[in-house]
Amino acid sequence: MNVPSDLKYTKSHEWIRVEGDTATIGITDHAQSELGDIVFVDMPTPGRAVKAAEILGSVESVKTVSDVYSPVSGEVSASNDALGAQSELMNADPYGSGWMVKVKIANPSELDALMDAEAYKAALS
Amino acid sequence: MRTKTVPDPTTIFEKSSPGRIGCNLPVADTPPVDWDTALGKTRNEVKWPEIAELDLIRHFTNLSHINYGIDTGFYPLGSCTMKYNPKVNERTAGMTGFVRLHPLQPVSSAQGAFEVIATVQDILKEVTGFEEMTMQPVAGAHGELTCLMLIKAYHESRGEGAQRRIVLVPDSAHGTNPASAARCGFEVAHVATDADGNTDLADLERQAKDNVAAFMVTNPSTLGLFEPNIRRICEIVHACGGQVFCDGANMNAMVGTTRPGDHGFDCMHLNLHKTFSTPHGGGGPGCGAIGLKKHLEPFMPGPVIKKVGSQYELDQSRPLSIGRVSGFYGQFLMAVRALTFLLAHGREGLPEISRCSVLNANYVKARLKDHLPAAYDRPCMHECVLTATPYKANGVRALDISKRLIDYGFHPPTNYFPLIVPEALMIEPTETECKETLDAFCDALIAICEEAKSDPDKLHDAPSTQIVGRLDEAAAVKNLDVTWKPPTPEPAGAA
Repeated sequence: MNVPSDLKYTKSHEWIRVEGDTATIGITDHAQSELGDIVFVDMPTPGRAVKAAEILGSVESVKTVSDVYSPVSGEVSASNDALGAQSELMNADPYGSGWMVKVKIANPSELDALMDAEAYKAALS
Repeated sequence: MRTKTVPDPTTIFEKSSPGRIGCNLPVADTPPVDWDTALGKTRNEVKWPEIAELDLIRHFTNLSHINYGIDTGFYPLGSCTMKYNPKVNERTAGMTGFVRLHPLQPVSSAQGAFEVIATVQDILKEVTGFEEMTMQPVAGAHGELTCLMLIKAYHESRGEGAQRRIVLVPDSAHGTNPASAARCGFEVAHVATDADGNTDLADLERQAKDNVAAFMVTNPSTLGLFEPNIRRICEIVHACGGQVFCDGANMNAMVGTTRPGDHGFDCMHLNLHKTFSTPHGGGGPGCGAIGLKKHLEPFMPGPVIKKVGSQYELDQSRPLSIGRVSGFYGQFLMAVRALTFLLAHGREGLPEISRCSVLNANYVKARLKDHLPAAYDRPCMHECVLTATPYKANGVRALDISKRLIDYGFHPPTNYFPLIVPEALMIEPTETECKETLDAFCDALIAICEEAKSDPDKLHDAPSTQIVGRLDEAAAVKNLDVTWKPPTPEPAGAA
């Protein structure tokens, strides 16, 4: 299972990449593998305020519909429009072109509560 | 020797030949109308199949042979979808006196029909341990929703409507539970399952506050396990002022042996098609009868059938009622079928249903234990939840095992539910299967598990014996197209 070392992770299988005050959020390789083929992604509209652990959107696969939770609080600055027509990007490239939303981080200290790659790998095993 | 071949996959449109007809119409005794003039462009745009009667008969007869149903083979989805319905049910439901009734005829002239409904309700009260029963809801989820509406009305009558906005559901719940709660205007919160597959009591106690309207519990749970702490669970929820709803989807495991009303539940729904052998209906007509304790009775949906002296009457005087939830009296002929089933088994026969269904599920679980281990290793109720995780290392998932079962002549079991079990395969044989059938099914699964180790691609490519191979489920969801189009489009202007 691919767990990039430069990202942070949640127990609910989201990843977060921090660049300046912006966080890019998606679901992990493990999450996409468990969900199976993803057919629809419900994403928040930019401008929406989210709190940490609040539902950010949902991912529908051939198996089930799963909520995606925000790892941090802040304001949604962008969502990945490409997923509208190509939800399979989340399966094929979960850490790259399959990203879900970008959030402007309101409270950087929340990042400390997230897992690093080693801790997430341990949680998966 | 005659070998069985893969059925002809040609559609009726492909069998069409211009000008061929299935029957000769008599010469018209009215002035003829030119079709092209009357129908214009439509006449040419809509390509109706043109086919002879015998070819038409063969087409649909052959299609019907591809069907797989409980009348043709073992169906491990069990009562989760619909269990075997004895054919005598259809005989009684087809009796002229029942079929020719009109829902608007006077109550006094349909006393026999009301006696059927009242008798089924009385027996179901006895079977479930509830004081009131109504057969108004027309499906299981409709029964769930109706129970939540009753609970809401109950809290509102006590001035706690605004405060009690949370409905708790286990993380293993049927998807209809949170859906019904949300539809009823509640917020949904999840209660965890502990390491033994039971409700996590500590988590329940933490969440049982004065904002809880209800806890929706499936017993036996969707893991096929009886909840040993059910009385304690009901006490915890009642102590915080909440109500406890029993999702009766798994009543087949308990019918005649133990009663949810005695466990402490305030209300429950029954799917007559799951336990009392009525047709599932594919979205209707079904029946999601609900049972209630006395304190919820004032809010019951009307009309309520009451016996006054020797006559059945409709009691409409219910000021606190949530109102009607369906037209007329629900799906009446479901009551006829359920009554037939209940009387055919009788008080002595009903416990055999739960005992045999529990025995069959435990037999399958025991036979498969070295190949597909149980998610929770303890005696199960009417269904066993197994996991295909041992084959993940070979690149084989639960779905591949299910698809390969089709090649062995069996319908696949439920996959990937409950969601908390990785690579879940849920098998529910029901009470009607004999040991030989269960053995043949288990033998097939064991052979497939061997293939998963020695030749996993056999599973990845399955099914290979059917009219179609492995379907692209994602494409089917995203680009559903049910319209047949000619393989080669006609040149422009041909029409």
